[in-house]
Amino acid sequence: MNAGARHETTINVPENLPVVEILRDFDAPREHVYRAHVDPDLAMAWMGPRDITSRVDHWDARTGGSWRYVSSRGEDEFAFYGSFHELRSPERIVQTFTFEGSPDGVSLQVLTLEPLAGGRTRLRAVSIAESLQDRDALVAGGMETGVVQGYQQLDELLARR
Amino acid sequence: MAASTAAVDDRLSRVFAALADPTRRDIVARLATGDATVSQLGAAYDVSLQAVSKHLKVLEQAGLVSRSRDAQRRPVHLEAEVFDLMTRWIERYRQQAEERYRRLDEVLLALDDTQGVRQAAVGGDGA
Repeated sequence: MNAGARHETTINVPENLPVVEILRDFDAPREHVYRAHVDPDLAMAWMGPRDITSRVDHWDARTGGSWRYVSSRGEDEFAFYGSFHELRSPERIVQTFTFEGSPDGVSLQVLTLEPLAGGRTRLRAVSIAESLQDRDALVAGGMETGVVQGYQQLDELLARR
Repeated sequence: MAASTAAVDDRLSRVFAALADPTRRDIVARLATGDATVSQLGAAYDVSLQAVSKHLKVLEQAGLVSRSRDAQRRPVHLEAEVFDLMTRWIERYRQQAEERYRRLDEVLLALDDTQGVRQAAVGGDGA
């Protein structure tokens, strides 16, 4: 698709805030983009890494509801869960996100859908972690703990310089 | 494009593996303040020169440090490139997000064509 080539994903990782911001435009009305986030069949068709298949365990898409899905690669399984804090169609999704392999880690995700001219949509997804270390682990998502620790060490090293 | 992404990933894997060891992280931190010889590093960690050399070899293969052929005397140098790692790490995360959103582009295109949620899901990737 050349649609993807036209709309590059932008990532902002502030140095001193435990936040990751993602910006991306889509050639679709925000009703569709919203639906692709809250409909479980649509969501599983695009969320998660490419070489992994994901299946919904439960998915209660309403304000105050919750979700859980399991991704598998070979015999390895990775489960993720969270709460739908607020679903406000078609403009705002607020949810929590936890990887069960790292049960103390939780981030708050605020997704905002802004209408653009020509029936297009700008997605802004802000993830807020509990600490800078947790944010870094989030960005390193799916990697070994040692890797994350290595990076935290490196962060400290860079800060010292 | 795909090939260079794989090369970057492979390079990152080696860097991550190298930094997963606490002694090697400490060596990197020490070298950030200035070059050091293998024997200076050996004295700092109370381990054999062979053990230090082994750690340095891993760091060297990951491109994190460089040293001359005469490794016992010449100082070990931290590559400036190491300070770009955070940037690369974020770029890798960005690429993963971009891959996800290209799949979302496809899902949205199918929604446009069919105006039906279920049909789009059936035609989707791996559903």
